[in-house]
Amino acid sequence: MTVRARYIRDGVMRSLLIASTLFIVVPLLIIISYVLINGIGALNWNFFTVELGSPARAMQGRPTGLAHSIVGTVIIDLMALAFAAPVGIAAGIMLSEYPDNPINPPLRVLSSTLNGMPAILMGLLAFALVVRPFGGFSAVSGSVALAFVMFPIIARSVESVLRTTPWSLREVGLALGLPRWRVIISTVLPAAKTGILTGVLIAFARAAGEAAPLLFTSFGQNYMNLDPGRAMDTLPQRLYSLAISPYREWHAMGWAAAIVLLVFVMTCFFVARLVAGRFGTRADG
Amino acid sequence: MAREMSDTTIAVDQRVEKIAWDLTSRPAEYDPDVHSEAVRMETRELSVKYGKVVGVEGISVPIYSNTVTALIGPSGCGKTTFLRALNRMHDLMPSAAVTGEVLLDGENIYGRRVDPVMIRRKIGMVFQKPTPFPTMSVYENVVAGLRLVGIRNRAALDEVAEQSLRQAALWEEVKDRLKAPASALSGGQQQRLSIARALAVEPEVLLMDEPTSSLDPKATARIEQLISELKSAVTIVIVTHNMQQAARVSDFTAFFFLGSLIEFGTTNKIFTSPEEQRTEDYITGRFG
Repeated sequence: MTVRARYIRDGVMRSLLIASTLFIVVPLLIIISYVLINGIGALNWNFFTVELGSPARAMQGRPTGLAHSIVGTVIIDLMALAFAAPVGIAAGIMLSEYPDNPINPPLRVLSSTLNGMPAILMGLLAFALVVRPFGGFSAVSGSVALAFVMFPIIARSVESVLRTTPWSLREVGLALGLPRWRVIISTVLPAAKTGILTGVLIAFARAAGEAAPLLFTSFGQNYMNLDPGRAMDTLPQRLYSLAISPYREWHAMGWAAAIVLLVFVMTCFFVARLVAGRFGTRADG
Repeated sequence: MAREMSDTTIAVDQRVEKIAWDLTSRPAEYDPDVHSEAVRMETRELSVKYGKVVGVEGISVPIYSNTVTALIGPSGCGKTTFLRALNRMHDLMPSAAVTGEVLLDGENIYGRRVDPVMIRRKIGMVFQKPTPFPTMSVYENVVAGLRLVGIRNRAALDEVAEQSLRQAALWEEVKDRLKAPASALSGGQQQRLSIARALAVEPEVLLMDEPTSSLDPKATARIEQLISELKSAVTIVIVTHNMQQAARVSDFTAFFFLGSLIEFGTTNKIFTSPEEQRTEDYITGRFG
């Protein structure tokens, strides 16, 4: 092959790569700008400080907002994280550090099943496990459903991050006469902490955008509620309810809710990227 | 093939027995100081297999107290496999099967009721690549083996840190930056830090797996000098690819080839008048 032909080939390949990147990025930009254009008008102080109330409030121009959904989202997501992070990290450690343990094959099956399961089934699972036994919709049951969404993502990312930490770290620790659990906690986990944090943040962002698991768990409501034992509102689910409602004013609020949700989720991803980029290279340095 | 291998094994056994007898009879060429100490470790018919692949087979060799034993041989001859069997590092690999015995002060470390963690406290290891714990400071690295098993007495830890760093000839270079991250040290310093860290738990035996292979000649000379100095405190077994290094630092040499121990004896003897043709061929650079 001549040098010229190689240059042409290189150029063709590069154009293909650029084209496929644009293929992803352009629709994303369209979605983001469309959401911004439609929702920005409904974003105001009240949106962040007042609860929704009945549709009449919006139609009569009285103060209304999604403060209760924002607060609910934060509460439910953080509770879900508190459930999923320790269990997910522990599962990731199990899978990576104790590959021969007999609980690993079922754990792996469970993790991949949950990972591939439609999100709405997580809601059904939490419904059966929490809502039914406790006799009612609750924020806690919503958190359990979201924890099911987070768990496999955390477990897998922790497993893969731990696998990339140098094997020699473990050998050095063991050669010092340290027990295996101590080696993992004091040398392997610290070396992998940025990767673990990134994985947890990505799982958090993924779950924060889910509406389906919450439909028959936290259920949603129009008023402020801080009691985790009762139904609670969340942004993704509220967005859905507003969008299918028959009120024009609520449609506008739905677009605004989409902006808030988008910013929330993108912030999580951005922080995850930042964490991974800034400290990620230190793991093996 | 199997037949052939067992014949070799028997031949090796006879040879080892003969050498062991030679050693106990202390011929005049042996350094009397070297032999004043007892056998610290001993392997008996030690074999390591990875699935069906034989790593080493039928190795019986003594390791004398407060001496340096060099393991030499071409790549893939099993010397590192053998070394790692000496402190049960193969336990981590489910596919590795170890048979035979490794005695430390007369006790089989593969015995049923022996805790590998306790064995590794007595038999430390330094690896090929300098591996400081990346998230810890110089000081934390040195005392890691003590602190992580619950020793919190600051004064005691300080003392151990200084003593170990001095032993590893690193103290003067790092005494003013004990809190600096260990990764900030040079490669040679990191390797000496790894040695200091291994020494801090006061092992009886120190296994070194090509400890200078990633270092420049100056750092290598430093570590070699260190090995000679450490002999008074610990028994050392070192794997090396560098024949000159084996000749410089060791008292005894074991030559491995294709998973078998071909010859074991004093370094002086192995390098000047080996009994085996293969040993001579390897040492004189005819293969390997």
